[in-house]
Amino acid sequence: MSRVRRMLAVWAAKLIGAACRMSGKQGVTLAGKVALKICPDILDKLAAQVRGGIFVVCGTNGKTTTNNLLCSALEYEGKKVVCNHTGSNMLNGVVSAFVLAADLKGDLDADYACIEVDEASTVRVFPHFKPDFMILTNLFRDQLDRYGEIDITMKLLKKAMGMAGDMTVVVNADDSLSTFLAMDSGNPYVTYGIGQQVFEEDKDSREIREGQFCKRCGEKMKYRFYHYSQLGDYYCPGCGFRRPALDFDARDVKAGGTLSFKVEGRRIQANYRGFYNIYNILAAYAGARTAGLALKNFNKALKDYNPQNGRNEVFHIGKTAVTLNLAKNPAGFNQNISAVMEDPTPKDLIVLINDNDQDGTDVSWLWDVDFDRFKDIHAASITVSGIRCQDMRLRLKYVDIPSELEPDVEKAIRRKLSDGVGNLYVLVNYTGLYSTHNILKRIEGESA
Amino acid sequence: MSKKLVIGHLYPDLLNLYGDRGNIQCMVKRLEWRGMEAEVKEFRLEDTIDFSGLDIVLMGGGSDREQMIVCSKLKEIQKDFKEYVEDNGVVLAVCGGYQLLGNYYQTSDGIITGLELVDLYTEQKPGRLIGNIIIKSDLFDMPIVGFENHGGRTVIGSNQPLGKVLFGSGNDGESGYEGVRYKNVIGTYIHGPLLPKNPMLCDWLLARALERKYGDSAEMTPLEDREEKEANAYICGRFLKKE
Repeated sequence: MSRVRRMLAVWAAKLIGAACRMSGKQGVTLAGKVALKICPDILDKLAAQVRGGIFVVCGTNGKTTTNNLLCSALEYEGKKVVCNHTGSNMLNGVVSAFVLAADLKGDLDADYACIEVDEASTVRVFPHFKPDFMILTNLFRDQLDRYGEIDITMKLLKKAMGMAGDMTVVVNADDSLSTFLAMDSGNPYVTYGIGQQVFEEDKDSREIREGQFCKRCGEKMKYRFYHYSQLGDYYCPGCGFRRPALDFDARDVKAGGTLSFKVEGRRIQANYRGFYNIYNILAAYAGARTAGLALKNFNKALKDYNPQNGRNEVFHIGKTAVTLNLAKNPAGFNQNISAVMEDPTPKDLIVLINDNDQDGTDVSWLWDVDFDRFKDIHAASITVSGIRCQDMRLRLKYVDIPSELEPDVEKAIRRKLSDGVGNLYVLVNYTGLYSTHNILKRIEGESA
Repeated sequence: MSKKLVIGHLYPDLLNLYGDRGNIQCMVKRLEWRGMEAEVKEFRLEDTIDFSGLDIVLMGGGSDREQMIVCSKLKEIQKDFKEYVEDNGVVLAVCGGYQLLGNYYQTSDGIITGLELVDLYTEQKPGRLIGNIIIKSDLFDMPIVGFENHGGRTVIGSNQPLGKVLFGSGNDGESGYEGVRYKNVIGTYIHGPLLPKNPMLCDWLLARALERKYGDSAEMTPLEDREEKEANAYICGRFLKKE
């Protein structure tokens, strides 16, 4: 009986998935929801069929990129991998990834699963399976109206870690909050980080830094250096809590137009922008190595990696190169600005800010982003768009940066395709990502 | 010599949720745009605060845990802060800062003793009051707009509220009022941040501080404020029912 239910659930999910693809809708979560309704233990059953191990990726920023890189790295080792590529990371999205990968008999043929999980959803996912590894990327403030303060997220993650006591936490040791959590959980843990100082310290930095007070004893933390936000080499003068020794230590880091660093004596190279991507690559590397993979083809996996998911995705439309990227919280936005600054050529910039439920309905975080750095970004024009374009325009006004207002992002894009400098960056927050991606795909198709 | 205001930002390393920096930025710019100067002094827990050198004091919001840390420090500054308030010193206290103005804040984890600057108190109740908020204050024609997110319910007793709630929850979700106004102190749950979309409120604070320091606020001429007014009008248009 249970086999029949499982098959029915898989069929239903696949039908919904196909229907949504045809109508151009993103129906990933619906497929999972229906499958779970038909067969409540389908996730338990399918997850149990994964032969090698299950990774979950958690943390405020970098989940989707880290998870996709990890999946790609495993596939280049010849492994079969289940992955929620699109970043649907709540329970229904996780279920979908498994059922859509199953065959019509309701069975799964997979060596590994790479699953990103929304931090608050971990406690709903872990009753279905106990992961072998959790990669914990970082903890930043994000959508305070939805998730509450970081303290609340940490409590949920700790509970989840307790539900899977044998799970090894692969933690970004440069983040004191994530590290404290990994140590506090009692789970086995492995650390990664960037051991050496890469940037000169900016004394004037007004960047918001989380976790300035020791989670263990409450003392004010001290830093030997920062990479960005609160990530860096910290120690507590009160209780001795400090960045632990790094099991996977990135050294000789070069971050400009491309990225390069050494870990375990190997040179890792990637043709992407953005210092934060060092962490994403390193996290994927550390995760796979911890699981015992040799990763002989890691550089090739990085070279071929083409996510098409709106994370630094490039479109070529006529003579214009359009780069689409997600920027949904202060830490992520600041890193995005740094990445755009690494391109020294003139550019047009569109910033889209929505305030739908999934974005967080509170847009006050815009004032925690260091937008004054837009002055050094070589922008020929800045257009503000989306539901809260008014707030964005006002934010820029208070750092003396003028902007054009165009609530409709398609109009904004088309305008810059016709009167722009041929190098367009579109930074969007969460709910703008999928729609803007589709608009760019469509315009790209028109011009082809 | 151009006029200058000194803005004291209390404990920004702990109380910095919800874009509080925007309130400072707004005050600084609106002084500069009128040819005046602003100096911002940030105070950490270990610093001594000389209130006699300050013209505006800003206290922002923090998590309950961070408010607990600040609380232990408040006893030391209470007397000087009270004198400053009674001497018509200008204070803007938002979210957690608003709660700290009062006598106490009762949370599920314990009681946080306040600064006792304004006779009000706050009690945590189940469910947070979260969302966009619009209020009408007697001080201005333009409504005050922003966002609220608080578990505490604040009771202001016989004090004057900042305004009447047109949309959203306000102080306690029941009284229909939001915030408090006492002498030159404004306490409110409204962030967003508060001041950029409500420039008239920012100017009111600046004018009070200038009058207290220099005896007049002649420089506070109107600015164009097109972007500010449009952003404010957008929120009103979206959330207020058409009459």
